[in-house]
Amino acid sequence: MLASYPPGRQRSAVVPMLIFAQDEVGSITPELVQEVAKRCGVQPVQVEECVTYYSMLRKKPLGKYHVQICTNISCLLNGGEELWKRACEQTGLGHKQVSADGMVSLEEVECIGACSWAPALQVNYDFEHLVTPERLDEILAACRKGDYVEKAK
Amino acid sequence: MANLVKFTIDGRELEAAPGTLVIDAAKRAGIEIPAFCYYEGLSLQGACRMCMVEVERMPKLQTACTLPVAEGMVVRTDTPQVAQARKGTLEFLLTNHPLDCPVCDKGGECELQDMVFRYGAGESRFTEIKHHVDEKQWSPVVYFDAPRCILCYRCVRVCDEGMGVGALGVVNRGVVAEIAPNHGDHLECDECGMCIDICPVGALTSGAYRYKTRPWEMEHVGTICTHCSNGCRTTLGVRNNQIIRGNNRDSSGINGEFLCIKGRYAFDFYDHPDRLQAPLMKVNGKLEPVSWSQALAAVARKFSDVKARGGNFGVIGSNRTTNEENFYLQKFARQVLGTNNLDHRRSGDIVSLLDALHGQQTALATTADLYQAKAVVVISADLALEHPLLSWQIRANWRHHAAHVYVVTTEPVREDKYSVNAARCAPGQELETLQALRPQLVDEPELIFVFGDTIKGEKVRKLVEFGASLGKPVKYVCLVDYANSRGAMDMGLTPELLPGYRASGMPGLTIAEMLAAEDLDVLWVVGANPLAGASLAARGAFVVVQDLFLTETAQAADVVFPACSAYEKNGTVTNVTGEVQRLKRAVQAMGTKPDLEIIGLLAREMGEAAQLGPWSADKVFAEIRATVPGYNVPLPVILTGGAAQTSPVNGRVEAPARPELIRSARNGLFSSGTLGRYSNVLHSVLEGRRQP
Ligand code: SF4
Ligand code: SF4
Ligand code: SF4
Ligand code: FES
Ligand code: FES
Repeated sequence: MLASYPPGRQRSAVVPMLIFAQDEVGSITPELVQEVAKRCGVQPVQVEECVTYYSMLRKKPLGKYHVQICTNISCLLNGGEELWKRACEQTGLGHKQVSADGMVSLEEVECIGACSWAPALQVNYDFEHLVTPERLDEILAACRKGDYVEKAK
Repeated sequence: MANLVKFTIDGRELEAAPGTLVIDAAKRAGIEIPAFCYYEGLSLQGACRMCMVEVERMPKLQTACTLPVAEGMVVRTDTPQVAQARKGTLEFLLTNHPLDCPVCDKGGECELQDMVFRYGAGESRFTEIKHHVDEKQWSPVVYFDAPRCILCYRCVRVCDEGMGVGALGVVNRGVVAEIAPNHGDHLECDECGMCIDICPVGALTSGAYRYKTRPWEMEHVGTICTHCSNGCRTTLGVRNNQIIRGNNRDSSGINGEFLCIKGRYAFDFYDHPDRLQAPLMKVNGKLEPVSWSQALAAVARKFSDVKARGGNFGVIGSNRTTNEENFYLQKFARQVLGTNNLDHRRSGDIVSLLDALHGQQTALATTADLYQAKAVVVISADLALEHPLLSWQIRANWRHHAAHVYVVTTEPVREDKYSVNAARCAPGQELETLQALRPQLVDEPELIFVFGDTIKGEKVRKLVEFGASLGKPVKYVCLVDYANSRGAMDMGLTPELLPGYRASGMPGLTIAEMLAAEDLDVLWVVGANPLAGASLAARGAFVVVQDLFLTETAQAADVVFPACSAYEKNGTVTNVTGEVQRLKRAVQAMGTKPDLEIIGLLAREMGEAAQLGPWSADKVFAEIRATVPGYNVPLPVILTGGAAQTSPVNGRVEAPARPELIRSARNGLFSSGTLGRYSNVLHSVLEGRRQP
């Protein structure tokens, strides 16, 4: 990965490296910060800056299935808010909370670029378009059981 | 200069080199554009939005700190829109900033306070509860109060770019964004305090200074740091005869704003409770306090007796005392005591260097040269720790001028990070490794070689030959320890050399030989500690010591005179690059006298004052300027706090260099010989405690 940046610009790899590492490890651990800093030739505190800046980088693990529900304008007009409330009730979780068994976590997010198919949500890297309350129930149930099929993986 | 760009600011027609930033161009024309995040010498940040200006044909206000001038550009800094922008920016900065300047440590010298006073609103429209975070202590010297921080990133940049440490970062974002130290809840770094110094507000404060005084209550005395040979200028904040703060307030001198932990904080040895305050004399085998006249009389009597019966003297000088004191001491030893047993601890082979460079006028680099030269080669030294200012200069040169830095050391050093080639060598193989760099070095238009104590004697000669063989302008820095090692050498504190590197042509004992000489009658030690880890063979020798503390040597003395520290006297010192600068007395320590005066009083007591001349620092300096080759430096420069480089010899040094006597103490950032032992700050910081 480092090789894909011009010489002397290796620090540009910090964020992508963190994303990949997070996918593997589940969260950004202190050891990871050290390792990324070493590989990119920056100070650990500079990696820490990125980790705390970007909301998609996180220091605590999320659920096995991270469900992100969009409540930005297009989705809002098409029932996104209702989906969000329903998901909260169904799972008993709130924003950025993880179920006790570690299977599911919820997050209310801004536009995920799927406005044409609003309301939309995302399970890990998978998009779900034109989500109905019934589809939401199915998705959540599958996630809890652990048999949600991830296409993007 | 070719092709200057023409533009106008506030209706004034101006010119500047292409690439000049509007903010700098305005400043040069005397037009102030307020700024927080912009800091000359550091990378651009564009974070604070304080520097907004109106530019014709640009739709919105522009940040003057990131905007280069362009041909025909019309800039206005005095429009209602700009005034409104400044006011608005300040209002935002103050949303979560406490409005309690009267209790803030920065009050009175705070840039935010000044700006709000000048450009801000008279009252606050903000009625909501402010976001508050408690103050944190990151190290014994660094405190951080997040609500006061205006996120200008100056501290982050000065630590990363200026110091090459990178211990600070900004975590989180938006209203909860704050500066964070590299180890979660604390700092592990150089503890230099540069971040505190550069902080425009009271967010970063110094453990040594905070809440002790107000800036306007202090007297500010510009003098020279006494800890290492780099000779940084420091401004001591003095109140009621106490040094409360060290910084370089006006950024004057060879170091600009730079100071390391020792210059900024380690002045505290001066009022350590163990400071000697009265002369001591051995009575029944125990050192007892006596009056000055008793002590002076006893020593003078002894000196006269030994001299009369042709006994043996040994005189050991210091690499911390002033040029005047060193000059006067050698004159005393040679003319009054009639001895050539005169030495000091040598830490770099300047003699071999001067001899090898004979005939070349400008081959000794100055501190400023290190910032300008196209290429610098660091041999056998960990500059960041041992010579902090030189390291800072080279880093700035690399940042601003893309200088090529080469490193030849046995261990990794901080300079590696920005070097074009960092070569590791086996101990003693420096020159061989340097040879391997030759193909790169010959392509450099000019070079400076900076070398440590392992390059001595024949090796210095070989290095100079190597430099000459490159066929380019080459300059040298021979690294030495302590505030005035160069001055001690220049003033002839060795048996072989008189002041100005003229051969003495007389035999004389070196330190080791004095300690080993069984027939020594008197050992006189001025500001040195030769008996640390060594013993004196001559059991019956009469030992006289001038020092600040009861060192190992002082404990073995028959008479001890309490001496002033560098912060308590006037005089001049010569730094590692041969630049002479002036010490100015900041405080007075009860019961002590400057070494110059002690030596003078001894001469008077012996009835020899007439032949030595007056012992005022100015008079002795005048004599040095008149008689020591190379020291005819321009007086106005020195008197106004400037630095002037000496040009010691321009011919062979007709005396042996004695490389076997050369050894550097290799003091790092957290040690400083006997003085460092008495600095509480140096012991308090984590990094200092970790040292062996
Ligand atoms: S004290 Fe010096 S090294 Fe430490 S964080 Fe501040 S600027 Fe950096
Ligand atoms: S702590 Fe001071 S220097 Fe650092 S960002 Fe905040 S205001 Fe600027
Ligand atoms: S670099 Fe040397 S002279 Fe400068 S402040 Fe530090 S110890 Fe003092
Ligand atoms: S608003 Fe929901 S995807 Fe764009
Ligand atoms: S000084 Fe220009 S944005 Fe801060």
